[in-house]
Amino acid sequence: MKRLVFALLVAVFVGSLSLGSAIALTPEDIAKSSALEEIQKRGELRVGLEAGYQPFEMQDEKGNIVGFDVDMAYEMGKALFGEGGEKKVKLINTAWEGIIPALMTHKFDIIMSGMTVLQSRNLKINFCTPYYYIGQCLLIQRKDKDKYKSYHDLNKKGVIITSKLGVTGAFTAEKLLPNATLRLFKMEGEGALQVANGLADAFIYDEPQVRVFAAMYRDKTVGIYEPLTYEPLAWAIRKGDPDFLNWLNNFLAQVRGDGRWEQLKEKWFVEYIIEMAGKQKQ
Amino acid sequence: MTFSKRSLITLLILGIIIGSAYYFFATRGITYIWHWEKIPEMLFYHGAKSAEDAAPRLRMGILMIGFVLTLKISVFSILFAIIIGTIVGIARLSNEPVTKGLSLAYVELIRNTPLLVQIYIIYFFVGSLLRLSAFAAGTAALSIFAGAYVGEIVRAGIQSIHKGQMEASRSLGMSYAQAMRYIVLPQAFKRIIPPLAGQFISLIKDSSLVSVIALADLMFQGQQAVARTYHAFEIYFTVAFLYLVMTFTLSMATQYIERRLAISD
Repeated sequence: MKRLVFALLVAVFVGSLSLGSAIALTPEDIAKSSALEEIQKRGELRVGLEAGYQPFEMQDEKGNIVGFDVDMAYEMGKALFGEGGEKKVKLINTAWEGIIPALMTHKFDIIMSGMTVLQSRNLKINFCTPYYYIGQCLLIQRKDKDKYKSYHDLNKKGVIITSKLGVTGAFTAEKLLPNATLRLFKMEGEGALQVANGLADAFIYDEPQVRVFAAMYRDKTVGIYEPLTYEPLAWAIRKGDPDFLNWLNNFLAQVRGDGRWEQLKEKWFVEYIIEMAGKQKQ
Repeated sequence: MTFSKRSLITLLILGIIIGSAYYFFATRGITYIWHWEKIPEMLFYHGAKSAEDAAPRLRMGILMIGFVLTLKISVFSILFAIIIGTIVGIARLSNEPVTKGLSLAYVELIRNTPLLVQIYIIYFFVGSLLRLSAFAAGTAALSIFAGAYVGEIVRAGIQSIHKGQMEASRSLGMSYAQAMRYIVLPQAFKRIIPPLAGQFISLIKDSSLVSVIALADLMFQGQQAVARTYHAFEIYFTVAFLYLVMTFTLSMATQYIERRLAISD
């Protein structure tokens, strides 16, 4: 046992030494060790995501990964490799718990997965300029449209709020609506259904999902899109890579300015949501 | 064959009773709109995967992709677990202190730490050094994990064979290896089939943990299908049924082997 532990310790020590010696010292070395160089040499952009957050990234019935972030990754591929560059983008679908460790151990170059910029997270990884601001929003019954104008009107005894277990929506409800009764569900769909069925007064969740549910149950519900929280989403890369960060921020500015951004936003936040809602209803 | 048929019918009846009872009460208790018609295309569909895909043909849908990965990783892990387990099981009974100590350390280290942590370590640390693919790392982690349990099962199986068997073989002029190979292990194997089957069934279900290292297994694909379509119960029931297909086939296979081996008794 002792010998085995010793051998393991030696292996870890030698491993960390060989990794440590790769750390660059001169500006040229820093430029050479950028992920940007690695991507060009490899001829492939590896993007990490968890395809369970529509309309940013999701898997359709055929197993294709699609969404706003995915299309943005393809644009990034074209910018990096020229025409046909979208074919050189490899999407790596991974469970959320493993996504940051995988980025840090070079399993992919960038996380494009609707990740919220948290200061605690930012201590471990770098974020580009945020590309989307998401807030917690409310879904209420259509008949209460005039009764509940803002979240203040919901902070009363007897009001039933639903959300999903362990997400920002639940924490926000606890903080902003302490007088209301909070009911948490394992799946967000159930929470929204409670409102549609008239069993709860409001459902609190991320804005894009609230938009999907509001479109799904159009006759019975309506969304209040006054954001209750401030949650910037951004692409994440490894620490210590100023070159890649610079490239990404400029790429983002370009896409925002030349109309591609608006086009994709229309495609995924308007057309897709209407299509989804139509599918769900039948 | 009679036993197998009976158990199959029992299972079928049980399934129908529980299923219809649940369906009856559940659909009354909650306002849930069932959309079972959405499930078949998640298993198989005929068509093109994407726009530039020229040849439309029968393809696997989101759930079947996960099913195949889970099946593949389980089969490989079971095979390697048997190899590792047999070696470890024999090593545990060795008189050599180093062999004995190492195998004991392996079993204790692996059995007493969480599988999830082992998957992380093998993929992110060992895997980064050896440049293992996610699939290789996942298979390695599951095999090493199950190998420790199989090792203990094999050891118990060998120890359950009366000492006289080994002594008689040795006195007939067989070497230790020959006695193990021709006399002890075949008898032990028969006894360890039931616990082995249980171990492998849990391995199939434990394999869902590999989704943290970017392997889209059945459970993960199911969760993602739910995240997009919100047909939660239809999808999770289907996922459970697909796991049942795998584990039940394994149960039937081991029962068949047991019956075959029982003939020689």
